[in-house]
Amino acid sequence: MKLTLKIWRQKNAQDKGGIVDYPIDGIEPDMSFLEMLDVLNEQLINKGDEPVAFDHDCREGICGMCSLFINGEAHGPDRGVTTCQLHMRMFKDGDTIFIEPFRAKAFPVIKDLVVDRSSFERIQHAGGFISVNTSGNTIDANTIPINKHDADKSFDAAACIGCGACVATCKNSSAMLFVSAKVSQYALLPQGKVEAVDRVLNMVHQMDAEGFGNCTNTGACEVECPKGISLENIARMNREYLAASLKG
Amino acid sequence: MAQSALLNASILKKVAMALSGLFLISFLALHVSLNLISIFSERVFNEASHFMGYNPLIQYFMQPVLAFGVIFHFVFGFVLTLQNKNARPIAYAKYNGAANASWTSRNMIISGSVILAFLVLHFYDFWFPEVNYKYVVGNLPDANRYFGELVHKFHDPIRTGLYCVSFVLLGFHLWHGFGSSLQSMGMHNKYSRFLSKVGYGFAIVVPALFVIIALFHHFNN
Amino acid sequence: MALDSKIPNGPVADKWTNYKDHINLVNPANKRNLDIIVVGTGLAGGSAAATLAELGYNVKAFCFQDSPRRAHSIAAQGGINAAKNYKGDGDSVYRLFYDTVKGGDYRAREANVYRLAEVSANIIDQCVAQGVPLAREYGGLLDNRSFGGTLVSRTFYAQGQTGQQLLLGAYSAMNRQIGRGKVKMYNRHEMLDLVIVDGKARGIIARNLITGEIERHSAHAVVIGSGGYGNVFFLSTNAMGSNATAAWKIHKKGAFFANPCYTQIHPTCIPVSGDHQSKLTLMSESLRNDGRIWVPAKLEDAKAIREGKKKATDLSESERDYFLERRYPAFGNLVPRDVASRAAKERCDAGFGVNKTGEAVYLDFAAAIKRYGTEEAYVKGHDANDAALVTKLGTAIVKSKYGNLFQMYLKIVDEDPYVTPMMIYPAVHYTMGGTWVDYNLMTTIPGCFSIGESNFSDHGANRLGASALMQGLADGYFVLPYTIGDYLAPDIKMGEISTDLPEFVEAEKNVKDQIERFINNKGTHSVDYFHKKLGKIMWDKVGMARNAKGLAEAIEEIAALREEFYKDVKVPGSANEFNQELEKATRVADFLELGELFAKDALHRNESCGGHFREEYQTEEGEALRDDENFAYVAAWEYKGKPSDAVLHKEALNYENIKLVQRSYK
Repeated sequence: MKLTLKIWRQKNAQDKGGIVDYPIDGIEPDMSFLEMLDVLNEQLINKGDEPVAFDHDCREGICGMCSLFINGEAHGPDRGVTTCQLHMRMFKDGDTIFIEPFRAKAFPVIKDLVVDRSSFERIQHAGGFISVNTSGNTIDANTIPINKHDADKSFDAAACIGCGACVATCKNSSAMLFVSAKVSQYALLPQGKVEAVDRVLNMVHQMDAEGFGNCTNTGACEVECPKGISLENIARMNREYLAASLKG
Repeated sequence: MAQSALLNASILKKVAMALSGLFLISFLALHVSLNLISIFSERVFNEASHFMGYNPLIQYFMQPVLAFGVIFHFVFGFVLTLQNKNARPIAYAKYNGAANASWTSRNMIISGSVILAFLVLHFYDFWFPEVNYKYVVGNLPDANRYFGELVHKFHDPIRTGLYCVSFVLLGFHLWHGFGSSLQSMGMHNKYSRFLSKVGYGFAIVVPALFVIIALFHHFNN
Repeated sequence: MALDSKIPNGPVADKWTNYKDHINLVNPANKRNLDIIVVGTGLAGGSAAATLAELGYNVKAFCFQDSPRRAHSIAAQGGINAAKNYKGDGDSVYRLFYDTVKGGDYRAREANVYRLAEVSANIIDQCVAQGVPLAREYGGLLDNRSFGGTLVSRTFYAQGQTGQQLLLGAYSAMNRQIGRGKVKMYNRHEMLDLVIVDGKARGIIARNLITGEIERHSAHAVVIGSGGYGNVFFLSTNAMGSNATAAWKIHKKGAFFANPCYTQIHPTCIPVSGDHQSKLTLMSESLRNDGRIWVPAKLEDAKAIREGKKKATDLSESERDYFLERRYPAFGNLVPRDVASRAAKERCDAGFGVNKTGEAVYLDFAAAIKRYGTEEAYVKGHDANDAALVTKLGTAIVKSKYGNLFQMYLKIVDEDPYVTPMMIYPAVHYTMGGTWVDYNLMTTIPGCFSIGESNFSDHGANRLGASALMQGLADGYFVLPYTIGDYLAPDIKMGEISTDLPEFVEAEKNVKDQIERFINNKGTHSVDYFHKKLGKIMWDKVGMARNAKGLAEAIEEIAALREEFYKDVKVPGSANEFNQELEKATRVADFLELGELFAKDALHRNESCGGHFREEYQTEEGEALRDDENFAYVAAWEYKGKPSDAVLHKEALNYENIKLVQRSYK
């Protein structure tokens, strides 16, 4: 396959940056998208140019490190995948592919396609946990039976990989899907109910402080989420938040 | 913290938009019902309009509440849109919004702006003359003038056309707005899915009725 | 220096309790005066950082990713073992201990493994209390599945994402401490050297990967939880960034490196598709609960399949060879990983491979779909003879169990595993070897601890499925917090350690010199070029089957490659910026040394055991042949300037509770 890549290059956070065109040849359909970028980088290095910086790690769709806004979509045109799981068979010979970093005020660019998602970290610090110390004396795991339906839903929410595709794809750069996934995971479990009020208030407060936009329920996040996190979680967080506001 | 965050918290803003939107939806239902009467009976229409125009509860309580709702919904809508734009200072070179969200959901600000423009026209057509009639000039109540005024306005094909286009955009706005408001208030279950379908019906039927009424008066008189 | 494993006296079942009863404790007020550095934030590092901070220590945690949550523990799929015996199928602490020692081919330390089995049940309690959504049955109680090498169901799981859920649990515990200021988190930082002051580990030199700044960090103890070194093979199931640098740097500063040749080749990975391949993807061992592994029984069928003339589904039952079920009737498809991998390689080497390269076998779910479908048809009162309905129902059940794995396979291979069997082949997955530690998890450098995959301690020569998560969390939550207190007790009055000490200055200079050298090298080949070459040597000669000749060649080739690397590597960009090529260069430089020691260790171990298979040492049936008389020891290597000069120290393995026998899964 022969392709034209239009890649965002930006030397560092201060640099203005811009799109640079890279023609590339010899790409096979079985390659993953990141392997295609590996090929490009190898060529750039051999030519004496600087390779394109991009985040990636596990390359099996679970660590959430890879990002990229490909042809106008977070993680590219395929569904239910991260960029590392996107394969070149999704593209045609001769295609032009735009590759940009995830964009949001809360995700400033570090270099090229690498962005700083520490805003997500700070939201988690605000309340993404259950306050239980390690002791070895916690109650037996089977003491509190948990309805399978709730446990499964909690798991579905907990499957979030924190990649930021929801923010990147949202026209408002809203982080509601990410935050609601964590809030929901705990809200659905008896262990999480104890701190539910403070958790949702604190996490939403931090989310707002980070400069994410507001949710307008376009549903784009759910479609682009590599893990299919449901909008139901956002509704649940809205509910939790309203209830907590009335109490708190 | 929660208290100080009132209306600063993103979720409460969402809820405020949802509630004001739902309130305006209920007003639309009333409005279309009244207008519909004009197709069937000039007399009943005049009576109903007169009641609305001179009932103190409606004039001095409902009308200000409605005005507040309208202004709130618009101002808040614009403020939120600006905030949301600021949340992404550098735009994407390529953004394929159609790939993952409907046009109506992504363009509430456009459909909303058209509705606002329409409201200006609508006020110019009906509300200002009404205020002028009642309070500036100080005419005595005339229970039989409403139908005639209505018909008169729809003589003009351009105005009728503008009204119809606005109603279509209103439909788009409602299409997303109704279900969205349920989601904002935390409803996401089989009931909300059903209600959303009702909402889609509302988004088609109500604007369609407005269009029909406008066209009816344009062509019939 | 003689190795002292510091194993407490007494019966194995009482050692840990007695030990805990007699160690030195640090009172809560004094813990505030003690700093601990934790490098790596996976299951081991993350759980340790959180627990130490809960206890009151000041923790500084480092990870090279942009968040602790991305550590590669997240990719563990199948589950975590624990001796809960919720199923009432005869499980016990002793049985988990026994299975682990046997699974490790009798090359693990009894006392450590027993302790691991002992605390395993606490892990599940702890994780549930943290809100980890483990799979449940309809009655609301926790569910279990079976894993390789055991005859009980003791594996707890969260779909195919158990590692993710457990890591997020540890991460949430960390987040709580970060929020309280007790853990200071250094994301996108890489440890590049250990600082030793007066013979004790007192800090690290780290590079801020965003700015390129070289930073000094001091502490009263340093904990390494940086994972394994599987990426020495270039292609492995590890993450692209997984590296051995932290572990190797402490080795070069005096920590012995134990059993590097014990590397696990996981049987069920997606086969290599071409030269562009950057990593391999694991398909969880849990799939072997329901999947049946086979190749065509006849060579001509295998050939026809490779040439695309026949499909897997064209072959009838009698034309298939379910080779694991044939060779190991008792354990069948659930033999341990090393056994399954070698059996698959044996079939492929004999010409029965089923993909273009001839290096793949089938993992077939048709039987499971039918079995589940029939059962479901009965339960729901449908016609169990309706084949289409049974397939539909069965597919839904299989999907609920392994959906994410099947989807992953579909995306990579572009074939639907519900319809046609998966193709799988062994790949490098886990390294049982690692820094040598004593019972306290301390390396041979006082104050430097090593936990999780980065140490060698619990899995012997082969790790059983679902035991890595168990070990990582056991070390971090339940073991290290005790043992480190015992070490730190004398340091309570020391106060903060200055980073202006000459030892810090010198270590920093060495790091800067190495980086300058790479940047100014201006060679002709990229880092990946060398990494791939190293990987090929490792896989061909130090991989699944090794022999003396190949290993001797590998040692020479790796040494030569290392020399070439330093002469000819090209690292673009500068030192003081975000520079991913530079990151790779420092990591590959260490792999080029570690690889050589790995081969040296494999060459010296004249036996086959677990993940270490020497062709010269096998039974007539092709099974691993141990030599307990001469090799029942831990090989701990001391660094002496270069890998070829490494000095061997032996820690004898004494089995007081388990009798050493030839492993049999027949």
